[in-house]
Amino acid sequence: MNGSTGRRLTAVALTVAALATGTTACSSDGSSSAKGDDSGTYTIWDPYPQFAKNSDWAKLLDDCGSKAGVKIKRTAFDTSDLTNKALLAAQQDNAPDVLIVDNPVVSTLAEAGVLTTTDDTKLDTSKADPNLLAAGQSDGKTYGTPIGANTLALYYNKDVLKAAGVDVASIKDWPSLTTALEKVNKAGKKGITFSAIGTEEGSFQFLPWFWGSGAKLTELDSTQGVSALSLWTDWLKKGYAPNSVINNTQTTSWQEFASGDYAFAENGTWQLANAEKAGFDYGVLPIPASDGGNAAAPTGGEFVTVPVQGDTGRYTTAQKLVTCLTSTDNLYATDTTLSYVAPTTEVQDKQIASNAELKPWVEAVKAAKGRTSDDLGTQYPKISEQMWKAVQSALSGAKSPKDALTSAQSAVK
Amino acid sequence: MKQTTHPPERRPVPDRKGAAATAPLPARPAPRRRRPTSQQWAAWAFLAPVTLYLVLFYAYPLYRNLDLSLRNYTVRSFVQGNAPFTGLANYRTVFDDPTFGPALTHTVVFTAVCLFFQYAIGLALAVFFNQNFRLSATLRALFLVPWLLPLIVSASTWSWMLNSDSGIVNAALNAVGIGPVNWLTSPSWSLTSVIIANVWIGVPFNLVVLYSGLQSIPTSLYEAAALDGAGAWRRFWHITFPLLRPVSAITLLLGLVYTLKVFDIIWIMTKGGPADSSTTFATWSYRLGFGNLLPAFGPGAAVGNLLVVAALVFGLVYLRVQRKQYAS
Repeated sequence: MNGSTGRRLTAVALTVAALATGTTACSSDGSSSAKGDDSGTYTIWDPYPQFAKNSDWAKLLDDCGSKAGVKIKRTAFDTSDLTNKALLAAQQDNAPDVLIVDNPVVSTLAEAGVLTTTDDTKLDTSKADPNLLAAGQSDGKTYGTPIGANTLALYYNKDVLKAAGVDVASIKDWPSLTTALEKVNKAGKKGITFSAIGTEEGSFQFLPWFWGSGAKLTELDSTQGVSALSLWTDWLKKGYAPNSVINNTQTTSWQEFASGDYAFAENGTWQLANAEKAGFDYGVLPIPASDGGNAAAPTGGEFVTVPVQGDTGRYTTAQKLVTCLTSTDNLYATDTTLSYVAPTTEVQDKQIASNAELKPWVEAVKAAKGRTSDDLGTQYPKISEQMWKAVQSALSGAKSPKDALTSAQSAVK
Repeated sequence: MKQTTHPPERRPVPDRKGAAATAPLPARPAPRRRRPTSQQWAAWAFLAPVTLYLVLFYAYPLYRNLDLSLRNYTVRSFVQGNAPFTGLANYRTVFDDPTFGPALTHTVVFTAVCLFFQYAIGLALAVFFNQNFRLSATLRALFLVPWLLPLIVSASTWSWMLNSDSGIVNAALNAVGIGPVNWLTSPSWSLTSVIIANVWIGVPFNLVVLYSGLQSIPTSLYEAAALDGAGAWRRFWHITFPLLRPVSAITLLLGLVYTLKVFDIIWIMTKGGPADSSTTFATWSYRLGFGNLLPAFGPGAAVGNLLVVAALVFGLVYLRVQRKQYAS
């Protein structure tokens, strides 16, 4: 029996190891060949899997390719996948020629040495709004150019507000917003929904309130920061916001609003098309700051970047592709399909001219602030993780807003 | 390719292959030992695919994971591949992390409670279905549904059902006059909620394996016991349970490994939150490596390795227990 025990030991050890590595070993499968041997083929990665092969977006890429005299090979990834895929590809020296990526990721990729600067590629970024461009800058260098921007504002349901006797014009700061929520609540409707999930999405949604209080990301536990978190926590306690916000993504939060029971929803530009379909009268309101005025909301949206290549000769064509994608006409077309606000004043004016409803959004984007701006760069992800944890702790009642933010600040160090 | 293998490594490899082949059929220890070399080469040729497969898909990823956990990877050094070797620094980071204590407790509680209920319910159902009444086959098939559903479907469904405001569970509780429970959004309930969902998903596996184990217990034993005046309860504790022990052991071991690494259900339902209240090693490892804009590969891999080691330890415990059983 001795020999077979030895074998069985190996067998069990192998089985266990195999099963258990199932979760951990999946990281090294990202080597989908990004580059063909053909140097006339240029690869583009984007985070828009919703656009199929025959979509306008895909056609635009092909057009830009043929203008530059090359063939385009496009791969679309889920946004959350793209960072690691890009890092892995760079590790294998297999990075795409053009990479379109969520703006807070730019600083991470730049830190990794994956991206070229616009000086290297001689890309002209002068037209882009400085506040948007800032998300792609660190240490005085620029690592790409925005293709479109979005941000957050408050959608409101006119019917619910009317039934509760709330005048939207009266909402100017936090106290007046809370009063409005109270009235809605008394009228038997639901107040406000947002997303406070324990991911980057949660931080993204909390930031307008955080910044609106006058707090700074370098000091999470300032009195202002605590006041912002207390505002949310009190809404939950009083039932102005549903408890489910703790697990809401921005999509589930939108679904709650679309049910027609909620007075307000904090959501983004990209929901405009869905708002039209919601079947009730809606309006859009910039998120108020604590003492009035508009709060700075974080910028969303992607950057077009040129990853570092072994063969630096490819930059010339990559630069042509990026310039084509971000040309005025193409930006207009792309940002219309994405339901984004354009990153240049010229195109923004064009967007407002054709659709006046975009006006509050364009204003919100102009007031918005990049998450990685203020030279936070790769500091931001660490701060953000602690921030969403603190939000979750406070909203779920595990800690008081002050304690939650204090421990968050000490964890950031 | 053949020349690259060093002679000392030759011997253990056929052994391993033997183990892999005999594991499902332990009764076939066909002793084919040293023969003329031409045959040995042929044996090697037959072994090559399996060896290659094991090395490529198990050994190398494991090695990479170990390597990741022993180096200080930043995003920059990950790309350039020059991460400095830092020994156990990542493990120290992980142990010192305030998440470590809660994650360990949650992993132990989650695994133990899930295993207990999955096994108890699975066994009860297996004994129940072993009565072979009318429609029992159909009913048994229905119990397999949770197993057949993709995890993302079951987990999303559970998270809808357990939603604080619009979930059906709270609606039902409300109907019988119990106030709403914040299943997924309260730190004191979130772990319970994911355990409930995971038990539901794990019961069919236990049911199937234990049911097939029951088939191998001869009915004559029950008849004899019944003649001696043993009641149903005694028959269960003195016949069914002891005779089912080998099957139970492997069910529990497999269940343990599956439960230790459960990730999808927790991630979809709570993301390990709120405030880490349902974070286990599996979700923590993922969050460190992938859940942040700035991935921390080293500590993530370290947590993953701790999981592998934990599973391995229990595998060895199982072996010991089994050896004792053989000896007695």
